[in-house]
Amino acid sequence: MATMPLTANPRRGAKVSRKRGQLVPALLFLLPALLGFLAFFAWPAARGIYLSFTDYNLLSDPEFVGLENYASIGGDSVFWRSMVVTLQYVLINIVVQTIAAFALAVLLHRFTKSMVIRGVVMLPYLIANVIVALVWYWLADYNLGLINSALDAIGLDRIGFFGDQQYAMTTIALVNVWRHLGYTTLLIFAGLQAIPGDVYEAAAVDGAGEWRVFRSITLPLLRPVLAFVLVVTVVGSFQIFDTIAVTTQGGPVDATNAITYYIYDKAFGSFDFGYASALSVILMLILAVIALVQMRVLRANQSDLER
Amino acid sequence: MKKSLATTATLAIAVGALAGCSGGGSDDGSSEGSGQGGDVTTISYGLWDSNQLPAYQQCADDFAAANPQYTVDIEQIGWDDYWSKITTGFVSGENYDVFTSHVAYYPEFQKNNQVLPLDEYIARDGLDMSIYQDGLVELWQDPDGVQYGLPKDFDTVSLFYNVQMTEEAGYSAEDLANLTWNPEDGGTYEEFIAHMTVDKNGVRGDEPGFDKDNVETYGLWMEGSGGADGQTQWTFLTASLGWEQTDGPWATSYRYDDPVFAETIDWWYSLVEKGYMPTFAAQEGISWADQLIAGKAAMVPNGSWMTGYVFGAASDTFTPAVAPTPVGPDGQSWSMMNGLADNISATTDNPDAAWEWVKYLGSAECQDVVAEAAVVFPAIKTSTDKAVVAFEAGGVDVTAFTGHVDDGTTVLFPITDNKSDVNSIMTPVMEAIMSGSAGTDTLADANANVNALFE
Repeated sequence: MATMPLTANPRRGAKVSRKRGQLVPALLFLLPALLGFLAFFAWPAARGIYLSFTDYNLLSDPEFVGLENYASIGGDSVFWRSMVVTLQYVLINIVVQTIAAFALAVLLHRFTKSMVIRGVVMLPYLIANVIVALVWYWLADYNLGLINSALDAIGLDRIGFFGDQQYAMTTIALVNVWRHLGYTTLLIFAGLQAIPGDVYEAAAVDGAGEWRVFRSITLPLLRPVLAFVLVVTVVGSFQIFDTIAVTTQGGPVDATNAITYYIYDKAFGSFDFGYASALSVILMLILAVIALVQMRVLRANQSDLER
Repeated sequence: MKKSLATTATLAIAVGALAGCSGGGSDDGSSEGSGQGGDVTTISYGLWDSNQLPAYQQCADDFAAANPQYTVDIEQIGWDDYWSKITTGFVSGENYDVFTSHVAYYPEFQKNNQVLPLDEYIARDGLDMSIYQDGLVELWQDPDGVQYGLPKDFDTVSLFYNVQMTEEAGYSAEDLANLTWNPEDGGTYEEFIAHMTVDKNGVRGDEPGFDKDNVETYGLWMEGSGGADGQTQWTFLTASLGWEQTDGPWATSYRYDDPVFAETIDWWYSLVEKGYMPTFAAQEGISWADQLIAGKAAMVPNGSWMTGYVFGAASDTFTPAVAPTPVGPDGQSWSMMNGLADNISATTDNPDAAWEWVKYLGSAECQDVVAEAAVVFPAIKTSTDKAVVAFEAGGVDVTAFTGHVDDGTTVLFPITDNKSDVNSIMTPVMEAIMSGSAGTDTLADANANVNALFE
């Protein structure tokens, strides 16, 4: 989730009083979102944190156990394994997706004005996650799938895309790259369009080549948008669940047992809601730190255009 | 039992199709009788299998006709969402009055006092519990022998195969009914599997020059590792060696460290090494039933609940049939047996009304209706026989499945506490073994971890 940077400046006290009259309407406009935030985010989060300190099976009352859940997470080998495979997923998913989306966005920006092509790029994103997962699951089937039949036809060995421990998580990461590529491309493309045309004209007058333009103009001016894209996609990527739930269900041998799937399994499979809540709190902390670091490092709320 | 993807998908589609008609059924038909006071009590009932909905809707209509003071409102939700709905229903207090239950879930509900005991009702109404197939009643008792459900149906395991392939290879139905197995050389069961395996060049698995890395049709299909239960994978083999997961219902220890179990799994995995069965990586994906239908496998052991799906797919290239599981060293063909029952939610406002409906569901009147539908085997012995006839009328010989209850060659689905944790431990271990990345020597440690759950 992206947080809009607040620009409260204490030095401009005089202006604040002039704006006070706008406070009431402002609050009114914020109210619906605030209610949603409180009901569907703040309250569940607070309750989740509380439950993480309890032994709770949903069917009888929660029992306070202090830090016991957190203490057991340290020695839980399945948890550590799930963190490793989650990181593996995030790394493959984000690196491939960001580079491909960037390339695609630049191509769209520089070389075509066709709405049809822009539309086609977005198409996979319009298909429901579960459908995408099932279609690829069938396409990549070892015996009957189109991909393996093609590999076989050109004399290559068949690959257990979803069934081989070595490939399962990579496959799932790439399936989601395919689905989210269009959306990420669109975000970057919007950022590209926000770069004023005159800087490109100036570069052209100076005789800069395509690569030089990209390196010295496009890339630096796109930084805030890229930062936003990275924060959103990394946080989303850590929460990979649906593709796993409808294909491998954490297998083979826990190779795709990502953290959210593990949390789900602990809660709704083992009825261990206390432990699952503790795992969720850990995940929330990890994501908060990652988002914060990304915002800082990439200076997401500053643009090189304002100088 | 792990539902196959195809089944789930089919169910999901069926849910959508049926959602439109399930609501309207209960509106009228309730107020026809002149019950004193005119109040009609509505009993809500949940079930997950859309294939069984028509039969149970019929039961509900018959029940309401005979008991005008009651009406039954059935809601059908696919397996994946069903259990979330039931669980959250307990928390909100708005659960179904009565719901179809599974032994993998009900121990948790029972432990938390979310389902009602039935003993007093059974005693009051003098129900004869011996009408049900042996073993089914015990599945629905807690460790103290308190009854929580009346058996409604049961399932067993047999071998689904493609007649066109076996006949071409020279096997008759009688040959298939008399296959033998042992863990040393696999017996005639392995000979059959080897002969039915065909590589890309048309060379069979028991012929010289067989290319095990390029198999076109596998003699036997692997449907996952079987995890902790091996319901359709290996329990029918281990049972013939006298091995079961536990000592019986509600046992507090498991036996995965027994050499007999390791020996069976070693033999089973040897089929992968010989190329007679797909590797673990190769079996993940499109369900076993579709692989069988597509001719990628000659035979697959699986449960009676898949009968409708498999026989519904008969075509020019696929003629389905069912054979009993192979005869083991003890001279018997074995199967795991599991069954469903109906539980009453502790949250119900009308336990007496709920009981009347449960009693009707567990009666021959309703189970005969279910038998007619020829979808599952009803739990009452006489109704089972009627279902066999109904299946036969549809051209499906299911005696391989029902033979097990006639012969008493069934082992019960292992029901214990901590079931889902047992699964969480055993599934990765079994997957590693069947992937070839670990040996059966890892079973001892796994068993220690499992048994630690009960300390």
